[in-house]
Amino acid sequence: MSRRVRLVLFVVVAPVFAVLFFLATRGLPGFGSEFHPYGDRAVAVATGQRATANVVSSVNFDQRGVDTLGEEFILFGSVIGTVVLLRPAPGEREVGRRGAGRVLPTTRLAGYLLLPVTVLVGLYVIAHGQLSPGGGFQGGVVLATGWHLLYIAGRYAALRRAAPPTVLEIVESIGAAAFAAIGLAGLVIGGAFLVNFLPVGSFNDLLSGGTVPLLNGAVGVAVAAAIVLLLSGFLEQAVVLRRTEEPLAGSSIIAEEPLAGSSIIAEEPLAGSSIGAEEPIAGSSIIADGTEQR
Amino acid sequence: MMLLIFLALGLVAVTGTVVALTQQPARQAVTLSVFGLTLSILFMTVQAPDVALSQLAIGTAVVPLMIMLTIQKVGGPR
Amino acid sequence: MTTLPYLVAGWLFLVGCYGLVTSRNLVHTVACLTVAQSATYVLLLAVGFRAGATAPVFGDIPVGTRVVDPVVQALSLTDIVVSATVTAVLLALTIQIHKRHGTVDPDELRALRD
Repeated sequence: MSRRVRLVLFVVVAPVFAVLFFLATRGLPGFGSEFHPYGDRAVAVATGQRATANVVSSVNFDQRGVDTLGEEFILFGSVIGTVVLLRPAPGEREVGRRGAGRVLPTTRLAGYLLLPVTVLVGLYVIAHGQLSPGGGFQGGVVLATGWHLLYIAGRYAALRRAAPPTVLEIVESIGAAAFAAIGLAGLVIGGAFLVNFLPVGSFNDLLSGGTVPLLNGAVGVAVAAAIVLLLSGFLEQAVVLRRTEEPLAGSSIIAEEPLAGSSIIAEEPLAGSSIGAEEPIAGSSIIADGTEQR
Repeated sequence: MMLLIFLALGLVAVTGTVVALTQQPARQAVTLSVFGLTLSILFMTVQAPDVALSQLAIGTAVVPLMIMLTIQKVGGPR
Repeated sequence: MTTLPYLVAGWLFLVGCYGLVTSRNLVHTVACLTVAQSATYVLLLAVGFRAGATAPVFGDIPVGTRVVDPVVQALSLTDIVVSATVTAVLLALTIQIHKRHGTVDPDELRALRD
């Protein structure tokens, strides 16, 4: 379909949608109405027998936990898809991050100062998901973005060394599996999948809500690992990998290889195995970092 | 309170339109980030702090960043 | 006045679709898709709003206070995170398309049409 055909189709269909949608909104309860049967029931259950102060968390992780399990596995599947799609293609190789040393000292300082604060905030948001706005989804994203402050501070190599993709993939799987395992434990102990089988504790207590804090933690781990994996995949594609013009040729051993001292080992990624190749380049760029810091 | 909600709604409608009509992807990443911010303001005003928090982290930071990185890869010098 | 927020949601969806249709760049397409998708958040939260009520978090307020609908908030909350990962898949696909075909203009991708 060319752009013209698409536009014609849109011009035909959009007014139909607009009219139908307008008619549909006439049938909805008005904005700000008092008619919320599901909401009222969810609030009654959450504040009553489940002792969960944040009703949104109660809905997400307790009353509609199976739904969140589904979302969790959409997340998992998308991350796998992205990681697979963003593998270094044959003919691509890592080039040195020559700009890495040019981070302003103030930026570096800000990154280092903000990193512990952000990680703490992320953990806080995850841990208090049953009490205050927040939870595994939000806290996980905060954790992941905090992690990338290391990148802003110019320590890409340190970032990769501290959390290699393989480790992150395992962490991500553990998070998703923990959610399912807690659900199965509910099946064994409570007789139904994802049933809240733990004592709910007293209302507005840090350990209230039964399985809600546990599931929040599992989701927090999974989401944090997922976002770090996604962002590092895109960072690698955009910043590190470059297409070499002579693909896969054996003669490329003499190709310009300014950063890595041991260029013969570094050439091997062209054959397809990128894991072995990342170490020497990363190592050499740390040295480069160190020299530029002085 | 209602006034704030309708103000935020207006902002969301305008910034959303700007995002869709921005043709250059690099500029669009910026407008998309602003759109995400107005969305999270709207969510705050309709008493959804959980959703606002998640929108703030995802919509104003993660998604525009991924788009910027993709532009860098796709549109930048090879 | 009582349907205006719903109409804003409809408008966002349509304007996002318009962006999708007229797109000349797959990255632009993905960004427009997120605009169309955000219509669902606006619609859900508008349906769940209750005038003069507070957030459904009873950490600081007594139980029994009038609150807005928490169910739709839970729905849109997970929706936002999942939409980010779906956006990531689409952007990764865009990068792959660029690697294989050398272009991200949907009209130039003849190989996909054949």
